[in-house]
Amino acid sequence: MSGETVAPANTAGSGHTAGSGHTAGSGNGRGQGGSWVLRRVRPLGGDPVDVLLTDGIVGAWRPAGSTSPDSEGLPPGTTILDTDGLILLPGLVDLHTHLREPGREDAETVESGTRAAALGGYTTVFAMANTTPVADTAGVVEQVWRLGLDAGHCDVRPVGAVTVGLAGQRLAELGAMADSAAGVRVFSDDGHCVSDALLMRRALEYVKAFDGVVAQHAEEPRLTAGAQMNEGEVAARLGLPGWPAVAEEAIIARDALLAGHVGSRLHVCHVSTAGSVDLIRWAKAKGWQVTAEVTPHHLLLTDDLVSSFDPVFKVNPPLRSARDVEALREGLADGTIDCVATDHAPHALEDKETEWAAARPGMLGLETALSVVMETMVVGGHLDWAGVARRMALAPARIGGLPCTAGDPGSSLAVGAPATVTLLDPSPRRVVDADALASRSRNTPYAGRSLPGAVRATFLRGRPTVLDGKVV
Amino acid sequence: MKRHLLSTEDLSRDDALLVLDTAERMARVAEASVRKLPTLRGRTVVNLFFEDSTRTRTSFEVAAKRLSADVINFSARGSSVSKGESLKDTAQTLEAMGADAVVCRHSASGAPHRLATWVRGSVVNAGDGTHEHPTQALLDAFTMRRRLGRVDGLAVTIVGDVLHSRVARSNVWLLTTLGASVTVVAPPTLLPLGVSSWPVEVSYDLDAVLPKSDVVMMLRVQRERMSAAFFPTEREYSRRYGLDVDRAARLADHALVMHPGPMVRGMEISSQVADSARSTVVEQVANGVSVRMAVLYLLLGGSGETT
Amino acid sequence: MAVSAAGDPASRRPGVARTVLSADDITRIVSRMAHQILEKTSGGAGVALLGIPTRGVPLAHRLARRVHAVEGVELPVGSLDPTMYRDDLRLRGVRPLEVTEIPDGGVDGQVVILVDDVLYSGRTVRAALDALAAYGRPRAVQLAVLVDRGHRELPIRADYVGKNMPTSRRESVAVRLREIDGADGVVILPPASAGDAPPNDGPPADGDQVTGDEAGERA
Ligand SMILES: [Zn+2]
Repeated sequence: MSGETVAPANTAGSGHTAGSGHTAGSGNGRGQGGSWVLRRVRPLGGDPVDVLLTDGIVGAWRPAGSTSPDSEGLPPGTTILDTDGLILLPGLVDLHTHLREPGREDAETVESGTRAAALGGYTTVFAMANTTPVADTAGVVEQVWRLGLDAGHCDVRPVGAVTVGLAGQRLAELGAMADSAAGVRVFSDDGHCVSDALLMRRALEYVKAFDGVVAQHAEEPRLTAGAQMNEGEVAARLGLPGWPAVAEEAIIARDALLAGHVGSRLHVCHVSTAGSVDLIRWAKAKGWQVTAEVTPHHLLLTDDLVSSFDPVFKVNPPLRSARDVEALREGLADGTIDCVATDHAPHALEDKETEWAAARPGMLGLETALSVVMETMVVGGHLDWAGVARRMALAPARIGGLPCTAGDPGSSLAVGAPATVTLLDPSPRRVVDADALASRSRNTPYAGRSLPGAVRATFLRGRPTVLDGKVV
Repeated sequence: MKRHLLSTEDLSRDDALLVLDTAERMARVAEASVRKLPTLRGRTVVNLFFEDSTRTRTSFEVAAKRLSADVINFSARGSSVSKGESLKDTAQTLEAMGADAVVCRHSASGAPHRLATWVRGSVVNAGDGTHEHPTQALLDAFTMRRRLGRVDGLAVTIVGDVLHSRVARSNVWLLTTLGASVTVVAPPTLLPLGVSSWPVEVSYDLDAVLPKSDVVMMLRVQRERMSAAFFPTEREYSRRYGLDVDRAARLADHALVMHPGPMVRGMEISSQVADSARSTVVEQVANGVSVRMAVLYLLLGGSGETT
Repeated sequence: MAVSAAGDPASRRPGVARTVLSADDITRIVSRMAHQILEKTSGGAGVALLGIPTRGVPLAHRLARRVHAVEGVELPVGSLDPTMYRDDLRLRGVRPLEVTEIPDGGVDGQVVILVDDVLYSGRTVRAALDALAAYGRPRAVQLAVLVDRGHRELPIRADYVGKNMPTSRRESVAVRLREIDGADGVVILPPASAGDAPPNDGPPADGDQVTGDEAGERA
């Protein structure tokens, strides 16, 4: 991708690197990052057009290749990017990110995590509440939200804890978090299940007052005491205590019934089993407000990888069987599962370079998610790019209550919509190098694996956060 | 042989037989003379035991010393390991000691596999969590072969807490590799859910299986399993799955009773049966040394200088 | 375990194997050695033959049969595997242990004759002497070999030599016996090509390990 700056910029002849395409006076002040033309870009993988981003919004669509530095109507200082063949997607939204700050800044910070997010094509991440201290008060969620603003790589929407200290005993001040500057709408004890049925019912009911949603980490704790991996043939062989599918499915069934009973919104985190897909399909057929996410790793990886005993493959819920993977892909394709969420979970080396049982569960995901979805869903024909946009941007935005797209799920790339977009080059395959990732941690399960596609640029309300595959 | 002995699951039939044949030769030498063999002079074997097991540790120590290796006992108790030093730090310490082989016992399944990625020497799994205990299975097979002349074609019944037993797993893979047919008998709660993918028969009825068995291997059942509702009472377990004199009478005359020890007498096996002529408990100690000598010889005997 | 390079055409030695002893030669030599043993041990009284595996063992049995045919004496025959007493295990790669079978009468007070096919560096015999000590204290130990190819690295000599055979270190001597190889014969294999020559700091192999595959196994 190369850029060319429109006259009367005083940098004529030096504008061939997209990253240096800024021009004096072009976008300072309102932080909108100037004007950009994406030449011959393919919105949602469709026919090429020239798309103008200006004043933080999508300005105009023009015929492919028709824009040149002296075209009519271009704001002064507009940079023309050669984006021939790149796919234009709405900026990706991750409903499930662990940024680790405050508390484990050695594993990740808001700055490093959102940098990784931008490189992965994300423009909004929902930061999970299991930090130290726990994000269970207005003070903590505002702190995280401000750190996100300061970093500026993408929007950070804090998730509030459902219960005080994630202890599952009493409700946190959900309303105070909703009313805070962070405007929390998603509440989750993720990492822990809200296993008490009565407490879960109350949480579901309570958040209706501010159109909140409870995102449940579905894991019946009694059935998973000591569990280390998916219960099944591989676990039987390796002698690792099993994490049975029923521990997830029993909670999903119960919570769906509760959500139906009280008429509330339930979101199911990281669905991992074929049975869970069936239950969510059933709940949706009932007309209940149940949504669900699946992680990239559950779409690609299976539990036989645990045979190496390398804890980089340890995650919660655990990697499942090939049959489950197939059901998850089908569920995501037919819309039973609404969206992809990364469950990006950075861990310091000492928490992963251990024996299996001592290692902490979790995998990096932000910088590889789009490639994994392309590999598992697009290459195999399960989804087209419009489908990817729905499941990685529009649906999570809607579930998370983001104002910019709420109520207008098709709007993202239309003229007048926020210029919050991602450009993907679908052609290259690259081998994942853990050391090259922007995350502070190295626990990617894809190291050494070849994946398709590369994010070339990310724009947040018209301002590039990533250009030429590098953070701006 | 591969560089490490981590499991019997990936042990080929040829390598398994090589270990057993070598153990047989080692046993003959041991019977002829009590003198040390110079075979592994100048090699260092580290016993790295994160779990107490005097029996297994001593067996490896005797085996290594009979082959003239230098033995370092690196017990987790009282060392920096118990103060939170990681397995990886320990591995680096072992490297500094110049360990040619590390014999590792650990409460976590897979710990020796991790260790093997961090050290240059050979790693011998001396029992990892509820995963495998390959030298125990090799000595069990060795004992069967010495007593019954073969393993191929034997009907072996493994009884007890298969779910939590590394001995059971290692024996299932090794004995089936060597041509035995294996039946596991346990209450369903003490079998892994994935047992259907194992090359074994599953039965809940010990009495029906006993008359057809050439070997019965009784696994230890820890009393604490009761509290986790794996079975209601010790008495009920013992009545359904214990090997007492009456049950043992259903065995064929030649059939062996084996136990990896330590036994819970009265629970899974009665004292009379444990001490009967069928029982191999005593000779298993000597056989354990021969098998471990064979393993150390095959892993270390030909390894080049570590430069 | 080391992978034999025998199947790899590139490691095949150029040139032709030279037959130096025929089956008939071997029969005559064994017969002469049997007579020498009887002569030197005054009719074989108190003598036990211990073959060094692999090919020393059938040779020991052949010698015993000849002795019996000539003199009617039954010499006890056994085998002695010196592998665990070798000092060159690290250089040569792990090898399976062979059978050690001490005759019923034991070795204490006996004249033990160690029997091997090829005498070369002497290290196998040295190891065998150590191995033998674990089984008792013979009155005397003697050594019988079918071929002595020279290049000793230790002060060891044979009491009975079938054939002295000057060789170069780079050549290999292969003894083939009916009981193991299907036919009798001794051949000299020409030097390995430069590419797969054994490392020159390694000890020369001796005994029956000197076969065409040896270079590959050590590589
Ligand atoms: Zn979770």
